[in-house]
Amino acid sequence: MPIDIDIAHVARLARLGLSDAELSHYQAQLAVILDHAARVQEIDTEDVKPTAHPLSMVNAFRRDEVRPSLDRTEVLEQAPEHEDGYFRVPPHLETQ
Amino acid sequence: MSWEPVIGIEVHVELKTNSKMFCGCRADFGAAPNTNICPVCLALPGALPVPNEQAIEWIVRIGLALNCTIAPESIFHRKNYFYADLPKNYQISQYDQPVCTTGHLDVDLDGETTRVAINRVHQEEDTGKSIHVGGGGRIHSAEATLLDFNRAGVPLVEIVSEPDIHSPAQARAYAQQLRSLVESLGVSDAKLEEGSMRFDANVSIRPTGDEELGAKVEVKNMNSFRSLERALAYEIDRQTEVRESGRRIPQETRHWDEAAGITQSMRSKEGSSDYRYFAEPDLVPIVISEERREEIRATLPELPHERIARYVESGLDPHAASVLVSGEMGLGALFEEAVQNGADPKQVANWLTGETTAYLRKRETTIERTALTAAHLVQMTGMLTEGRLSSSAAKDVLAGVLEGEGSPEDVAAARDLIQMSDTGAIESAVDSVLASNPDALEKLRGGDMKPFGFLVGQVMRATGGKADPKVVNEILRDRAAR
Ligand SMILES: [Zn+2]
Repeated sequence: MPIDIDIAHVARLARLGLSDAELSHYQAQLAVILDHAARVQEIDTEDVKPTAHPLSMVNAFRRDEVRPSLDRTEVLEQAPEHEDGYFRVPPHLETQ
Repeated sequence: MSWEPVIGIEVHVELKTNSKMFCGCRADFGAAPNTNICPVCLALPGALPVPNEQAIEWIVRIGLALNCTIAPESIFHRKNYFYADLPKNYQISQYDQPVCTTGHLDVDLDGETTRVAINRVHQEEDTGKSIHVGGGGRIHSAEATLLDFNRAGVPLVEIVSEPDIHSPAQARAYAQQLRSLVESLGVSDAKLEEGSMRFDANVSIRPTGDEELGAKVEVKNMNSFRSLERALAYEIDRQTEVRESGRRIPQETRHWDEAAGITQSMRSKEGSSDYRYFAEPDLVPIVISEERREEIRATLPELPHERIARYVESGLDPHAASVLVSGEMGLGALFEEAVQNGADPKQVANWLTGETTAYLRKRETTIERTALTAAHLVQMTGMLTEGRLSSSAAKDVLAGVLEGEGSPEDVAAARDLIQMSDTGAIESAVDSVLASNPDALEKLRGGDMKPFGFLVGQVMRATGGKADPKVVNEILRDRAAR
């Protein structure tokens, strides 16, 4: 059963600017992947406990202790632009 | 037709842990930009998050104080969205298995208690801060955005209420009482002005009596309890007007504009609710055993409703007790300290919930920003009890102390407000007034008390208003009886 994908929506969510040719190319590829996932979903999992994680461990915590942070000058030098100790990026209008 | 507002509130509380949620960077407020950053909170490739166990203990504490069920097992999810202050392009949050579910907070308002159900309390991380520069600071014409990631990754707890709130005043009471609860737990500074406590509200209206909920509007950007109340009142009026004109309310997010006193529609973002949550593969489940849960429950301090009950038992009226516990922040601590140092509870409560609270509201300030200390309260109430200060003079003295003019003794001396309670001095003032008003004295002695008030007034005038009226009364009565 072919799976219907709104590929333009998926691209928008991933902030990818794709051409029409690319959209249909990826649509076909993604459909194959989703078909595969659909086959996995057919497996009878009636007696399998749901899990969010393959590891059997739980509660991997750290103590609330401060560790040294990075040197700001060194970090900011890696950024395309910085100003007065801040990272400087193009203006963004969208709000969360 | 009458309309019923239906309000649900989401509160974000920053925990005051030493380090961030998933890394060892400092989590404090006000550091120089980008000085508390590391590969984890900057999302450098390969960095792995490790949860702060203190934050987990504290969210359980919050959940227990809100009568929530603590999940035996909960997990983190990734909430995916793009925004420059979110370095990973996802926020580690919780989705369908939060740490705490289904609780409640009993909210007192004007002597009535209503129960607001809590849907969930979940753990997540804060984002960085952005500053829009150029174009006069307006976001829509900004030339660039400056980013500070010190706050990125600070532990954040989100408390989501059910839509059980039906008026702006009740919403404010809920938010204030939640704040004092969180503050009493010692897990957050819960300071609105520093953003360590923030709230959003979901508002809709429906014809009174209807069960079905109307389209819900999310209102953001309310930075004080007062603005929460104002924004909700505005939004309810706006929705009522729209509905009464026969139009419908679109589901949207609106921004409260404090200066203009209105809410404004925010540009809607396509697919904004498509967060594509999925289980965070870098983090293993959190398991809280019954034993651990009870161990944490045993660490709960006295909660606000218990404290109110204790104050009422010690003789305060319920309103004063609730103002001290949930009103302007910091009043309760001052009250406790002053009483511990020997001040009379009722007197201190009156000065704090009356004059002091009025002063804070008028100046739109907080108790920490004034010079008032517990020692000042002990001294001032002592002066009142000794009769060295009249209660009207005490108002002036308190105003001076709040303004930072010094201790009550200093202010009273500087403003010449010390009441004369030296009996000898008042006696001679009374006697000289009587000597110049022999007729009045005759009347008093004859049992006609009409001139009494006049004589008290004369004595007060002769002493520059500083004689203790009680003492003046006593001496006059004594002279009349002779
Ligand atoms: Zn970090």
